[in-house]
Amino acid sequence: MDWLYILMPISGVYIFWPGLVILGLGVGIIGGFFGMGGAWMVTPGLNILGFPMAFAIGTDVAQMAGKSLISTMRHGKFGNVDYGLGLTMLVGTIVGVEVGAQMVMWLERLGSVDKVVRWLYVVLLVLLAWLVFHDIAARRKKEREARAQNKELDHAATGVDWATRLHAIKIPPVLHFKQANITCSAWLPIFVSFFTGWLAGILGIGGGLIRMPALVYLVGCPTHLAVGTDLFEVAISGLYGTASYAYKGRVELLAALIMLCGAAIGAQIGVVATKYVKGYGIRFVFGLAVIGCLVSVLCKLIEAEFPAWSWLLSPAATIDVLGFVTAISLYITVKMVQGAKAEIAAKKNQPAAN
Amino acid sequence: MKKMQRLWTWLAGCALMVAALPGMALAAGGGKVANVVVVADTRKLDGILYWWAEMYNESHLFFAILTMAIIPVVGCILGWLADVVMTHMGIDLRHRELSEK
Repeated sequence: MDWLYILMPISGVYIFWPGLVILGLGVGIIGGFFGMGGAWMVTPGLNILGFPMAFAIGTDVAQMAGKSLISTMRHGKFGNVDYGLGLTMLVGTIVGVEVGAQMVMWLERLGSVDKVVRWLYVVLLVLLAWLVFHDIAARRKKEREARAQNKELDHAATGVDWATRLHAIKIPPVLHFKQANITCSAWLPIFVSFFTGWLAGILGIGGGLIRMPALVYLVGCPTHLAVGTDLFEVAISGLYGTASYAYKGRVELLAALIMLCGAAIGAQIGVVATKYVKGYGIRFVFGLAVIGCLVSVLCKLIEAEFPAWSWLLSPAATIDVLGFVTAISLYITVKMVQGAKAEIAAKKNQPAAN
Repeated sequence: MKKMQRLWTWLAGCALMVAALPGMALAAGGGKVANVVVVADTRKLDGILYWWAEMYNESHLFFAILTMAIIPVVGCILGWLADVVMTHMGIDLRHRELSEK
C-alpha cells in the first residue's frame, strides 16, 4: 500500500494522497455552495493527515485561493458575482482585518487572547445559527399567513428584512450595484465588510462564514449573489495569503495541487447545485453547517477546561467536523445530480414536444 | 460627479489596501505562523521534486513567485476541464433561473 502515500518535498512528511483528494472534493463542494473558503474544515483536516500546523495553514490558503478562483469563474458565468460590490467591500475587509489583527496583539499583551477569541467564536456561531433559523421561521410564518388569506407569498419575500432599513440611510456617495440590484450608501457595504473583516482578523479565519450571511441580511444581496460575491473576495484574499505564506516557506504546493484536483470537481458540483436549490434551501443547510462548526468549537473549549476528558472530546470534535462535512457534501451532491438529471431529461423531451 | 466619487472611493481603497495588506494574510490563513527555519531534505527526492525542493532551499522569494503563478493557472485549467466535462454531460452552465432571493 506504499503507492497510497506520497513524500512531500518541503515538509518531508509522507501523506495519504487519496485523503487530500477527498478533503479537496468536500471543501470544494461546500465552499462552492456556501461561498466560503472552508479554513475551519481544511486546516484541522490537513493536520490530521500528518502536516505540521504551520504547513497545514499555508497549504490550506494556497488551495483555497485556487478553489475559490474556480468557483468564482463558474459563479461569474451564472451572473452570481457583483464585482463592484466585491471590490467596495474589499476596502472595509482589509482595514477590518488589520484592526482585528492589531487587537489580537493587544489582547496577547494583556494575556487573555485565547479565552476572548474562543468565546467570541462561540457567541458568533450561536448568533449566526439563531439568525438563520429565525429568518427561516419568520418566512414560513409569512407563508402561512399568506396561505390563510388565499394569497401567494412573493418569491422575493424574506423572513428577516434589516437590509431595507439600512438602504434607507442615504449617506453620500450613494451607489447602485447593478448585478445585486441594490442602491445604497457606499458606507453600508464598507462598514459591514469592516465589521466582518474585524471579526475575521480577531478569530483568524477567512471570513466567508461571517461575510456570506452579512451580505444577505445586512447588505440585502440575494442568497446566490452573496455566495458568488463572497467567493470573489475569498479568492483575492487567498491569493495574497498564498504569496505571504509561500514567502515564509510554509506552503506545500504538491499537496495544494493534489487537493485542487478534488476541489475542481467539488467546486463545480457545489456551484452547479446552487442552480437547483432555492435561496432558502441554501440558508437552511448553511445554518446546519454553522451548528456543526459550533459543536466542534465547543468540544475544543471543554477539552481545554477539562484535559482529563480529552480522550473523548478530541476525537468527538474531529468526528463532528468530518461527519458534518461528509453529510452536507452528500446532500449537495444528491441535489446537484437530481437537478442535472431533471434538466437533461427536460432537454431531451423538448424536441419531442416541438 | 458620480464618476469622481467612484474614482475617489477606488483610490482610497487602493491606498488602504497597500497600507493594510499584512493583515490579509492573517485573515486568509487562519492564524500566525511559527518562527521556525525550514530546510527541505532533498536526499530522498529526485526529478522535478528534487528541483522544487532545491529551489525552495535557495530562494523563498522565487518559490513564492512560482507558487503564486502556478496556483491560479492550475485552478483555471482544472476549472475549464471540469466545465468541458459538465457541458459534455448536457448541463447548461450559462443560465440559471433565480428561484428566489
